[in-house]
Amino acid sequence: MAEVLVLVDHLDGENKKSTYELLTAARTVGEPSAVVVGPAGTAAGLAEGLRAHGAAKIYAAETDSAEFLTPQVSVLESLVEQVDPVAVLISASADGKEIAGRLAVRTGSALLADAVAVSPTGVTHSVFGGAYIAEAKANTGHPVITLRAGSVEIEQAEGAGAEETVAVPASGRSATVISREPIVGGDRPELTEASVVVAGGRGVGSADDFAIVEGLADVLGAAVGASRAAVDSGYYPHQFQVGQTGKTVSPQLYIALGISGAIQHRAGMQTSKTIIAVNKDSEAPIFEIADLGVVGDLFKVAPQLQEEIAKRKA
Amino acid sequence: MKIVVLVKQVPDTYSERQLSDSDHTLDRDATDAVLDEINERAVEAALQLKEGDGGDSTVTVVTMGPDRATDAIRKALSMGADAAVHLSDEALHGSDAVQTARALAKVLGTVEGFDLVLAGNEASDGRAAAVPAMVADVLGLPALTHAREIAIEGSTVRVKRETDDGVTELTAELPAVVSVGEKINEPRYPSFKGIMAAKKKPVTTLSLTDAGLDASEVGLANALSSVTSSQPKPPKSAGEKFEDEGDGGSKIAAYLVAQKLI
Ligand SMILES: Cc1cc2nc3c(=O)[nH]c(=O)nc-3n(C[C@H](O)[C@H](O)[C@H](O)COP(=O)(O)OP(=O)(O)OC[C@H]3O[C@@H](n4cnc5c(N)ncnc54)[C@H](O)[C@@H]3O)c2cc1C
Ligand SMILES: Nc1ncnc2c1ncn2[C@@H]1O[C@H](COP(=O)(O)O)[C@@H](O)[C@H]1O
Repeated sequence: MAEVLVLVDHLDGENKKSTYELLTAARTVGEPSAVVVGPAGTAAGLAEGLRAHGAAKIYAAETDSAEFLTPQVSVLESLVEQVDPVAVLISASADGKEIAGRLAVRTGSALLADAVAVSPTGVTHSVFGGAYIAEAKANTGHPVITLRAGSVEIEQAEGAGAEETVAVPASGRSATVISREPIVGGDRPELTEASVVVAGGRGVGSADDFAIVEGLADVLGAAVGASRAAVDSGYYPHQFQVGQTGKTVSPQLYIALGISGAIQHRAGMQTSKTIIAVNKDSEAPIFEIADLGVVGDLFKVAPQLQEEIAKRKA
Repeated sequence: MKIVVLVKQVPDTYSERQLSDSDHTLDRDATDAVLDEINERAVEAALQLKEGDGGDSTVTVVTMGPDRATDAIRKALSMGADAAVHLSDEALHGSDAVQTARALAKVLGTVEGFDLVLAGNEASDGRAAAVPAMVADVLGLPALTHAREIAIEGSTVRVKRETDDGVTELTAELPAVVSVGEKINEPRYPSFKGIMAAKKKPVTTLSLTDAGLDASEVGLANALSSVTSSQPKPPKSAGEKFEDEGDGGSKIAAYLVAQKLI
C-alpha cells in the first residue's frame, strides 16, 4: 500500500492526541509513516504509541536546531521527494497550518486545510463556523492535508513501526526561537475535546466573578470558555476564547452565561449538540440557537444550577 | 524602514456568509465587503512602527482581489498608510492558497527594497492561517507569525508569538514577514483628515502581466485543489425559553436530567 506521511505532534516527550487522530485518518488512504522531528532521543520515546496506532514506519529526524518550524518543512519536503506519498497529514494547529502551507508551496501540492474528514477521494471541510459542509479534492499528487483536532475517533492498530533515521536538510533563512513557554493545561478538560463547555461573556462582569463560571464547570466536569469581549476585558485568558477568531467547539452540552451570541461567537459553538443560555436580555441573539433559554441573572441562576447538580451527585 | 502590509477584503463577519451554488467559491455579492479586522490591526502595527521611527518609514498596502477591494485599500490609506498596490484581474477568481501566496510574492517583487512585510495571522473568510508563511517561503524570507508584540532592533525583528500552544519568542534578520494576532493592538479609526488625504494617495493597479504572472498560474481552473460540492447546514432553531422566577437553575437541572446530560 502507498505511504502516507504523518507529522507527529508531540509535547514534553509524549505524542499528542492529535497524532493518533492523524494516524487513524491516514489509514483510510494508505499506510501511515510517522515523521518525528525533534531533539535527539525524541523518536525513541514516541515509538511505542506510534506503533500502537498503526505506524508502519517511523522516520526520525533529530536535530537541536533552533530554527522555527523550518526543520519540519525541510524534512517533509525531502521525504515527499523520496517516497512520493499519497498524502501528507498534519494537525490543523497554528504550527501545523504553517508547516503545511510552506510544504505545499515547496512541493507544488494542493493544500487541503482544516479538514474534518479524510477519504481516498478527498476531504470534508466545515466552513463559516459549521454553516456549510464542503467536499474538496486535490488536483496534484501528494496533497498536504491539515486535520482539525477532535474530528476523528481514534482507533488503535498494530503497525511495524520500523525506525529509519533521516537527515535534517540545511535550510536557507529562517526565524530563530529564543524561548518557549508552553501553556500548562490545568485540571479541566481541554476546551476542544471536552464534552461539556461552560462559557462566560461580558455579562460575568469581572475576572473574579469568573469563579462562578468555573464553579459550574467543575461540578459538570466541563471545560471553561469565554467570549472575545470577556477575554478583551481581561476576565479570562486568551486561549479560552470561543468563536470565529478563537476555538471551535462542538460539545454535547454548551452553557453560555452572559453571552449575547454575536454571530462571530456563534461561529465557534453553534454545532454544539445542546445549547443552554442564561442572559438578562430576552432579545439576546444567543436565544435563537439555544435549546433551552433562561431570561435571568446569571449570578442567581448559575449558582443554583451548580448546587442542584452537586446535590444529585452526592 | 519600508513596510508593506498585506491586506484582504472579506465578507463582513457580521452578515451571513454564503458559498455560491455554481462554483462553490465565496459569494462576494451576497454580503458587504470590508477590510478584514485582523488587517486593520496589521495596518495599525505598521503605523505604530512608523511613528516610533519618527515618521521616517513608509507604509505600502498590498492586496490581491476584485475591483471593489479598492474600498479596503481606501480604508487602510485613510488610517494612515502611504501608498497601495492592487493586483486585480478577472483571471484571479477562485485562486487557492498556494496560487495566492505565489501571486502575492510576485507583487512584493514589484515593491522595491522592502524591509518588513506585515499581515494578519488568519483571514476571517478562508481561515487558511498560512498565506503569510507561504509568501515568506516563496521569497526565501523568515516568517514570524501570530505576533502579540513586535520590536525592531536595528536590522533584526523580535516577535512574541502567541498561539493556543503558548508563547514563543522569535527573532530574525530583516527583511522578514510578520503576521499579527488579534491581541496585538486596537486599530485606530480613520480621522476626517485621514479620509480626505487618502483620496490623493497613490494606488498602483497591476494586471497579471504587470506582476509577471501568467493566467495558467492562477484562478479556479488551474487551482491545485477544487471544491467539488458544498451544502448549507440547516441552522439550529430556538427551543424553549422562559423567565427566571427564582427557580431557573433548578429548571435547567431538571432539563439536563430529562435529556440524560447529567
Ligand atoms: C472579526 C471578528 C472576530 C470576532 N471573533 C470573536 C470570537 O472569536 N469570539 C467571540 O466571542 N466574539 C468574537 N467577536 C466579537 C463579537 O462580535 C462580540 O463582540 C462578542 O462575542 C460579544 O461578547 P459577549 O457576548 O460576551 O458581550 P456582549 O455582547 O456585551 O454581551 C453580554 C451579554 O451579557 C448579558 N448580561 C449582562 N449581565 C448579565 C447578568 N448578570 N446575567 C445574565 N446576563 C447578563 C447581556 O444582556 C448581554 O447580552 C469577533 C468580532 C469580529 C469583528
Ligand atoms: N488575497 C490576498 N491579498 C492580500 N493579502 C492576503 C490575501 N490573502 C491572504 N492575505 C494575507 O494573509 C493573511 C492570512 O490569510 P490566510 O492565510 O488566508 O488565513 C491575511 O490576513 C492577509 O494579511
